[in-house]
Amino acid sequence: MNGFAPFMRALSAVVWKDLRAEWRSRELLSAMLVFALLVILIFNFALELESSVRANVTAGVLWVTFTFAGQLGLNRSMAVEKDRGCLDGLLLAPVDRAAIYLGKTLANWVFMLLVAVIVLPIYSVLYNTNLFIPGLLLTILLGSEGYVAVGTLLSSMAVQARTRDILLPILLFPVAIPVVIAAVKATGGYLQGLDITEILPWLNLLITYDVVFTAVAFMVFDSVVEE
Amino acid sequence: MTAIIEVSRLVKRFGPKVVLRQLDFRVETGEFVALLGPNGAGKTTFLRILSSLSRPTLGSVSVAGYSLPHQAASVRRRLGVVSHLPLLYGDLSAEENLLFYGRMYAVDKLSGRMDEVLEQVGLTNRRRDLVRTFSRGMQQRLAIGRAILHDPEVLLLDEPHTGLDQDACDMLDAALRQVAVRGRTVVMTSHDLSRAEDLASRFDVLARGTIQGSVQRQDIARDGLLGYYRKTLELAQNNAKNHKAEAA
Repeated sequence: MNGFAPFMRALSAVVWKDLRAEWRSRELLSAMLVFALLVILIFNFALELESSVRANVTAGVLWVTFTFAGQLGLNRSMAVEKDRGCLDGLLLAPVDRAAIYLGKTLANWVFMLLVAVIVLPIYSVLYNTNLFIPGLLLTILLGSEGYVAVGTLLSSMAVQARTRDILLPILLFPVAIPVVIAAVKATGGYLQGLDITEILPWLNLLITYDVVFTAVAFMVFDSVVEE
Repeated sequence: MTAIIEVSRLVKRFGPKVVLRQLDFRVETGEFVALLGPNGAGKTTFLRILSSLSRPTLGSVSVAGYSLPHQAASVRRRLGVVSHLPLLYGDLSAEENLLFYGRMYAVDKLSGRMDEVLEQVGLTNRRRDLVRTFSRGMQQRLAIGRAILHDPEVLLLDEPHTGLDQDACDMLDAALRQVAVRGRTVVMTSHDLSRAEDLASRFDVLARGTIQGSVQRQDIARDGLLGYYRKTLELAQNNAKNHKAEAA
């Protein structure tokens, strides 16, 4: 219990700082949102789907939108720390570095969920599909958590390189394949009205991925950021 | 006097490149040491090791009685670091930046301490302004405020005058003198010999990855710090040539 209070204090300080700074600049969220809206608009015009195939394709389009927009946010979130030397400022603090990792992950998760909150109703209208299904919303929660958990760790590695903008997607997308596949399958299942027994394996995979990758990232973050 | 920083036979390698070679360094409590040297001498690498941001390859490093890298968290608690980058968030105000770092360092009575620090660096009337609207000089003064917020025993400054105009440098120096007067130990790297001469009580020359010479302010000869610096570098160069010749 001794280290829990300082850990939580550091974690909440990092989350507060990221949300506060983003509230002021709106740099990250606006970039993610504009990108996400462009993607769903382009898909809308490019695919011109019939209602029978729409449910199958919607899940894929939705997750392509989330993952690409999320990758933009992850890159920017760490670049802000690196460019002004703030990453050193964070690492110099006498706190458990896992608290810094979790704080950044939580803030990135909030940004990704905010994008989802805005994209979902627009998508529902454009594709004439009801996306407000509790199970689907749970899938978005789980899928985005796994994605930002691994993405925050990899962006803290990529940010050290000069080619960080290129490096992050190259590192992230292969590692995120299981979470994206599981999220697409579970989302598709809910949209097609499949029985929960058919969706449950994908939800289990999402939960397992989230737990494993959050735990691994939590443990290795210190080594990743050290020179 | 007791040593607050003790470095013995420090080696730092980046791949095949040796940046620091068998470096020995000792600082007594309350000293203000200026670490001088040409570009690429290893000054920044050395400060990054002292501040626990980089791991030594070989040798021992202790700060305030704690060894690095094993007791890094205890060292960090006792350190304040100012670099040529401000380590501040542009989209937060001056007091929000201090509030954030104060929470990270678990500073007691944070609100009162923030008032004190803002007063000390002369930014009380700009406390609610966003840092991105500050001039470079103001940002660097706030960076000092951030570094001393948790009242560290040791302050490490990595070329703090970089990119500042004359007035900003003068204001920064005034803030640094205030810090030194309060008995803190300061280690500062600098290329600006005249400013270093005004501020520091001891001058060490770092070149070719090790300390080539060290002199107290009162022992500087009539030709001043510049003369001492040039002679030391010349000597280091001759020694290196001799070593090469011997090895050949």
